[in-house]
Amino acid sequence: MKKKSPFLKILGSIVLLGIGVFIGKSFFGQDNVETVPIPSTIKYRNIGLKNDTTQVASNREFTGKIIEVRKGSSIQDAVKEANPGDLIRVYPGTYSENVYIDKDDISLQGVVIKGEWPTLDGKKEINDAFLYSGNGILIENFKIINYKGNGIMGQAGNNFIIRNNWIIDTGVYGIFPQYGKNGLVEHNVLSKIADAAIYIGMCDNVDVRHNEVFDNVAGIEIENSRHCLVENNYAHNNTGGLLAFVTPGLPIKTTFDVILRNNFVVNNNHENFGAPGSTVSGIPSGTGILIMAADDVIVENNIITGNNNTGITIVDLATGAPKANDPNSEGNPDRVVILDNIMFNNGNDPTGEIKAIMLTQMDTKGPDIFAYGGGTGSTIRDKNKFRTFGLDGYGVAQITDTEDIATMMTPSPVPPRSVSKEELGELTYYGVCAGCHAFGTRLIGPPTEILQAIHHDNPQGIVDYITAPKNLREDYPEMPPQNYLSEEAKMAVAEYILALKH
Amino acid sequence: MIKSKVILKAILPVVILGILALAFFAGQRPSSYYPVPLLKSSCPPGFKLNENNECIAKNLYSQYPTTNKAGVGGLKSALPEIRDGFSPQEIDLGRYLFFDPVLSADQTVSCASCHDPNKGLSDGLAVSRGIDNNKLKRAAPSLYNVGYLKKLFWDGRASTLEEQMLEPLFSEIEMGNTPENLLRTINDIENYKKLFAEAYPNRLKDEPILLKEITNAIAAFQSSLVSLNSKYDQYAHGYDGALNKNEIEGLNIFRSFVARCAECHTPPLFTNQQFAVIGTPEPDGLPIDPGAEIPFNDKSLRGAFKVPSLRNIAQTAPYMHSGRFKTLRETVQFYTDGRGHAAPDGENLLIHWHIWEPNLTDYELDRLVDFLKTLTDESFKPKVPEVLPSGLHISS
Repeated sequence: MKKKSPFLKILGSIVLLGIGVFIGKSFFGQDNVETVPIPSTIKYRNIGLKNDTTQVASNREFTGKIIEVRKGSSIQDAVKEANPGDLIRVYPGTYSENVYIDKDDISLQGVVIKGEWPTLDGKKEINDAFLYSGNGILIENFKIINYKGNGIMGQAGNNFIIRNNWIIDTGVYGIFPQYGKNGLVEHNVLSKIADAAIYIGMCDNVDVRHNEVFDNVAGIEIENSRHCLVENNYAHNNTGGLLAFVTPGLPIKTTFDVILRNNFVVNNNHENFGAPGSTVSGIPSGTGILIMAADDVIVENNIITGNNNTGITIVDLATGAPKANDPNSEGNPDRVVILDNIMFNNGNDPTGEIKAIMLTQMDTKGPDIFAYGGGTGSTIRDKNKFRTFGLDGYGVAQITDTEDIATMMTPSPVPPRSVSKEELGELTYYGVCAGCHAFGTRLIGPPTEILQAIHHDNPQGIVDYITAPKNLREDYPEMPPQNYLSEEAKMAVAEYILALKH
Repeated sequence: MIKSKVILKAILPVVILGILALAFFAGQRPSSYYPVPLLKSSCPPGFKLNENNECIAKNLYSQYPTTNKAGVGGLKSALPEIRDGFSPQEIDLGRYLFFDPVLSADQTVSCASCHDPNKGLSDGLAVSRGIDNNKLKRAAPSLYNVGYLKKLFWDGRASTLEEQMLEPLFSEIEMGNTPENLLRTINDIENYKKLFAEAYPNRLKDEPILLKEITNAIAAFQSSLVSLNSKYDQYAHGYDGALNKNEIEGLNIFRSFVARCAECHTPPLFTNQQFAVIGTPEPDGLPIDPGAEIPFNDKSLRGAFKVPSLRNIAQTAPYMHSGRFKTLRETVQFYTDGRGHAAPDGENLLIHWHIWEPNLTDYELDRLVDFLKTLTDESFKPKVPEVLPSGLHISS
């Protein structure tokens, strides 16, 4: 084999490079955009919220009793003792327990004394620190460490307030309200969480404000939730800082109406330590803000710097989570609005696909804003200010700010119950009693008209009987006590039975 | 003579009566008539009759506000929408049909053969048996709360009960019937003619019974099968004493994000009605069941099945789509043995992200089983008819 001359080699590579640049520019290049001389819109510094008070979560006057928990005793015992409206105050000390709250309107308040916090320590043995399902739950001033699952997890509780908590390494999530409507998550400090530090999952009307999240895989995640405000948070050194996205395969299918405003999203370059298979395990390190398949997301007045992959990534599900498939999840991010933001020093060390795509642009850096895949109607206020990729289709934003949106929380608490006494009686009669009692026919117990005859005009008689039945009739089996029904439901059903006509 | 006259006098009325009776009964066809009670005019438990003769679902979950249509959440969350509004007569007619083996080709298999009220509305088998003892592919799911489900079959290939039941009715290996034979059979039974006329009063008098009336009636009955009064439910509605310490520990493990059971088996129905690939093993020697991949023509759903409800789960062993696990304990163990540990070799399944390695202890697994047993409630168990309109015997 004859050796090629070095000159030819160099020439050849220059030609190849030239072709590469030409192809790159023609397929991925973008047109220059005129600078729009718009004055800055920063006309306010912060937005105060008057309804954010120290009262219990539902903003009612405090009328309950105060239960104190001191070192050596159990928070769960206090929850057992508490009635709706009560306040549980927990003094400094270490509490290694799983506290579950299946009651409404319970407030749990840590008392910090001279820097000593009431601390829930899961010792990497206990699953969760707080689990709640009740409405109107307040959890504040706790230090929570070393749990395996969650720091604070809510399932379907509405009107929640979670604030001033200091949460370190509590497993998968730090603060995770799920299926809740109307909530506030603020002034929490969270670190070393293997998935999202703050995860708003399948919720509506939640404000996430003034939190510091760092050294986590995901800082703050708004997932399959609507009407959320993420404001004034400091997200640094996570794998990804702020996330708004749709995860396919969940029963609630959409994320829309999310404002990411006035946050610091800085140096989110932590290596990804998410569990294999989890959605966040696919987030590239160096992601400032990620918007995936979420609609109507507004990104406003954030400081987004030092994120080594991209400042803002906007992708569809096909790009961001290509394995997942759910015909009922619409996968395009539509109508994203990017307003004024401070962005520099992003993309210093891009990885994976973004690195490959940027190389086609003859650029070794990742962009401030990267958009890829489907989606329509997205806009940006001043595209020319940033280093961008894939924003060709973005028009000029039709709004300048969101100043008139002070909160996404509902104007008043979600009402706890929507049934009258008569309805409760009806639901109890048909939902429980009807298995054994019916009008005009013998099922397992006596027919309803016989109950009416026995307890004529005396609902309390029925209440007493169903609470502690005495077998009065040889020809019928003994009735099991219905003492699990609330006093309210017992009286309601007693009155309902006596009023029944047929 | 006198004596015989007396006897004659005595016999005469008897003879006359006999002749009269003969004349009277001769007018009726000596067809296979069995006395079947008329259809019920009251709703089954859990339903209230409204002024339009419709049974409307009523239960304690109706007292909670609906914050999402999927009917998922925590303890005090509203259920998804149920199929209700059937008349008491449709429901009761459906009950007769459900238990009647006359629906099958050889008149040996009824719906209740695989959905037996005494076996949690399932059949206690790993995979069900059809006509001629044919072995089927999958386990029979319990029918409790089926009226709340938006997708039916393990692989979700049907969207309504009416659509669903056509398969077992007319599958060669399940009930083995044909639409023509089924309609011919039913239309030949006087009792059913009478009962259908009662349940569908707007139909023309001599119009034959239609297939859609049969499926509508069975769907009406199936939708009435509710189970919402378990010990768990008592706890959910606010009675702390309903669950003991072990059971509450189990509940907390169940809903924790370590075990993550409640993420897919979401209360109050204990299913989020989604599809998930969890990678359970098939019984020995059987190839992988592709599950939802087939009806949805989607490779990412290979090995995916509909998340089943866990209500009355303690009554419906064995578990999983092909009954691979005999006990609840074995079943919960599967979830802690590692992501994809039992997936067949050579399959690159997209295992659901909630399947991971929670490292649950034996103690925790035992508590999970304790909790699962609190989901039992058969207080509204349907009554097996004493007599069937076809005259056949209940065969379950």
